[in-house]
Amino acid sequence: MKRYDMIVVGAGPAGLSAAIEAAKHGLQVVVYDENARPGGQLFKQIHKFFGSKEHKAKIRGFHIGEELLAEAAALGVTVVLNAIVIGIFPEKEVTVKVEDRVEHIKGDTILIATGASENMVTFPGWTLPGVIGAGAAQTMMNLHGTMPGKRVLMLGSGNVGLVVSFQLMQAGCEVVALADAAPRVGGYGVHAAKVARCGVPFYLSHTIVSAEGTDCVTGVTIGQVDQNWQIIPGTEKHFDVDTICLAVGLSPMSKLCDMAGCEMEDNPAKAGFVPKVNEYGETSVSGIYAAGDVSGIEEASSAMIEGRIAGIAAAAKLGYLSEEACQKEIAIQEAALDGLRQGMFAPGMRGKQITETEEGVAISQNLLQHGFVAEEEIVRFPGVTHQKGVHPVIECTQNIPCNPCQDACPKHCIRIGSNITALPSIDAEKQCTGCGMCVASCSGQAIFLVDEDCGDGTAEITLPYEFLPLPQTGEKGVALGRNGKPVCEAEIVKVRSAKAFDHTNLLTMKVAKEFAMQARFFQKGESV
Amino acid sequence: MRIQEHPILGTQEHGTLVSFTFDGTPLQGYAGEPIAMALKNAGVMVHRYTRKEHKPRGIFCAIGRCTDCVMVVNGQPNVRTCITPLEAGMEIRTQYGVTAEQPEGEAK
Repeated sequence: MKRYDMIVVGAGPAGLSAAIEAAKHGLQVVVYDENARPGGQLFKQIHKFFGSKEHKAKIRGFHIGEELLAEAAALGVTVVLNAIVIGIFPEKEVTVKVEDRVEHIKGDTILIATGASENMVTFPGWTLPGVIGAGAAQTMMNLHGTMPGKRVLMLGSGNVGLVVSFQLMQAGCEVVALADAAPRVGGYGVHAAKVARCGVPFYLSHTIVSAEGTDCVTGVTIGQVDQNWQIIPGTEKHFDVDTICLAVGLSPMSKLCDMAGCEMEDNPAKAGFVPKVNEYGETSVSGIYAAGDVSGIEEASSAMIEGRIAGIAAAAKLGYLSEEACQKEIAIQEAALDGLRQGMFAPGMRGKQITETEEGVAISQNLLQHGFVAEEEIVRFPGVTHQKGVHPVIECTQNIPCNPCQDACPKHCIRIGSNITALPSIDAEKQCTGCGMCVASCSGQAIFLVDEDCGDGTAEITLPYEFLPLPQTGEKGVALGRNGKPVCEAEIVKVRSAKAFDHTNLLTMKVAKEFAMQARFFQKGESV
Repeated sequence: MRIQEHPILGTQEHGTLVSFTFDGTPLQGYAGEPIAMALKNAGVMVHRYTRKEHKPRGIFCAIGRCTDCVMVVNGQPNVRTCITPLEAGMEIRTQYGVTAEQPEGEAK
């Protein structure tokens, strides 16, 4: 029977990261994945990641996937695809189905990094073709170049629902509405804001009453829910759609852990049935580790670090690394992981209602209820200031672990400090040159350059733009507000695209100066 | 509907265009892409009808997990079309229950 130092189940962010760390320390590693392509869900993530440099912030997910694969290949990690691990038996014997045969192998250590599966909700018509998971939408658009539909209703306002709504628009689909039974937006406010300013209406405290259609979806009705999640009669709203996208959470796929005899627990803070693990990700079975979503739903960024920790720990367990060196390396990873688990969306904050930021600024209630910060609210945040000449306006209003904007500014106009979750503030002493690096660096697309008074009664606003067709200089259209509603006429005066911006184009539009702090998006076409 | 040009991903690479049949009708798709994607781009939404209630099913998870999209491919039923690559000349049929035969006398 073939033997490996480490058998990794799942070639996603956690599995690949573990394999890389283990191989770096000399372990012979094999990674099995049931899919035809490695990388897990990373290759469907086309947005820029949050975090700081060590977390690969402002790099798009699919590029992180490419980096991981290259690193694993360079270290001699074997990745076997179309290979389903079907059993883990005593003494770490593993059976894996490859094509039409079953192979037996043995591992001195095993890492289970099987990830998560999507949750579903049921409603009349939910089995109709055209009702799809948000993951399916991402797979179609971002892997196979196929539009999931023309007109889409999104259910779910967590990060998945928000990010996929934006991706649907990038793919050319119309998102007619975003609904969530919860009373407040669940994901990052900046993700919500970039969807809302494109004109997508948010319906919080709303859920799907029914999907309509005979052979496939032709429409959907949503309605407002009361405290007991029952539809309030008379609140129903109908939309003509061909696609209903469900983004209602993820559950750990931990069956292999259970099968391997690991002690399990039902842990709501980890979003489901998960193996109990210690600080190295080791389960109750010595030498069997779990990392990533399988041991608690989080982000790809934390999954990668959990994987690295398990890889290092396994190396030490097998004697490839001294206990002292192991502790040193793990401490670095723990610090990085700790950095990600801060702020309002940290795992420990699940379900808690937050009323003010760490800085003591009242949270925008409008953002939570409608997806955008109201005009009267935005002025109270430290990134929003009035200055002469061009200057950054940072509409970042929640404490999330992210700081690329601070490093992006060559003039050091933007300050976050050592606390990664702090709201960015503006150093008015420093002179902004209007280079736009901060605009392109913001994973939340929350930074604008504003010249509030160009001297001729106009103002100029530079905004991030990731749609096609790209507007051209001289093009006239309408400036939209944070709520996606027309504010005033606008003309594009500059369009910037650069390699350093990584496909985030910078549009500069001219508007009447009284709208400088309202106009936040550009829409082609007729005047207001 | 194919995405012609994507703002982040650019122009996506496709394989060679090949012919296949869906319930006897000739269609085209790209070799190597999932059968379900070729069908979706040809406007096919219903992949199968359930056995007892004859309810339509199509793509749901698109990653081979839910089995809603199974069809009869080259005579073999229960093929997950969302993860099975398209090949030239494939004969793909709507699945009724677990076969390609439409039950007689039952309302669609």
